[in-house]
Amino acid sequence: MEGSTIIFYLLALLTLGSGLLAVTSRQIFRSAIYLLFSLIGVAGLYFWLQYEFIAAVQIVVYVGGIVVLIIFSIFLTQQTGEKLPQQKLGRQLFAALAAFCGLALILLQLYQYKFIGTTEAAIAPTVANIGNQMLGTDVGGYALPFEVVSILLLAALIGCIVIALRTKPETN
Amino acid sequence: MHPGLNEILFISTALFFIGVYGFFTRRNLVTMLMSIELILNSVNLNFIAFNKYLWPHRLDGLFFTIFVIAIAAAEAAVAIAIIINLYRSHQSIDVENAEEMKY
Repeated sequence: MEGSTIIFYLLALLTLGSGLLAVTSRQIFRSAIYLLFSLIGVAGLYFWLQYEFIAAVQIVVYVGGIVVLIIFSIFLTQQTGEKLPQQKLGRQLFAALAAFCGLALILLQLYQYKFIGTTEAAIAPTVANIGNQMLGTDVGGYALPFEVVSILLLAALIGCIVIALRTKPETN
Repeated sequence: MHPGLNEILFISTALFFIGVYGFFTRRNLVTMLMSIELILNSVNLNFIAFNKYLWPHRLDGLFFTIFVIAIAAAEAAVAIAIIINLYRSHQSIDVENAEEMKY
C-alpha cells in the first residue's frame, strides 16, 4: 500500500466521519465544528485529485466564509449550553431507512455501470488555463455564466440588506 | 488497490445521503442549512471526479464546481439573513414555528 492510497482513505474517513457527526450531534455548536472538519476533508480530497485551485477556493469560501457565518448565526439565535431536543424515534428510523435505501440504490447502479473516459490529451487545471477559459467568449468559454453569477451575487447582497432592514414602528 | 473514480463516487454518494439524513431529522433551520451544505459539497466532489477521470481535456466540471460554490455562498447568506429575521420576530428558529412565513 503506497502513501497516496493511505492519505486518500484517511481523508475519506475524516470527511464521512465528521459529516456523520455533524448531522447527529445534539449540541449545535459542535455540529458546526464537525461540519468544518468535513469541509476541510473535502478540500483535502481536491488536493489529492490535484485540483489545487478548487481546493483553495473551497477552504476560503466554505471554511473561511460559510462556516464562520453559520457559527455567527448560532451565537445570535441559540442559548449557549442548550442541547437540541431529542427527535422522535420514528422520524429518525424513517430518515435512516430512506437514506440507506437511496444509498443502496445509487451504489448498485454505480458498480454495475462501466464508465468510459475520453482518450484525448488532458489539460492541466492551472490558474492560467482556468482564467483563459472562464473569461473566454469562444466555444467552451464561460464568460456569460460568469456575468450571470455576478448579477446573482449582487442580487443576494441587496436581498440580504432588504431582509435585514429593521422596519420602523408605526408612528400613530 | 489504488483509489479511482469509483471510490470517490462512493464518498460523494455517502456524503450526499448523510446530508439527506440530516435534512430529514433536524428541525432547526441552522442545522438544516448545514445539511444542505454537505449535499452541495458531495455534488462538487462528483463534478471534480468526473472532470478528472472521464473528461480531462476540458475543464467544464471545474467551472460547474466554481459556480456551485458561488451560488452556495449567496444561498447561505440569504438563508442566514432570513433565519435571523425569523428569530427576531418569533424567538425561535424551529421549522414548526416558521409555517406562517408563507403568504
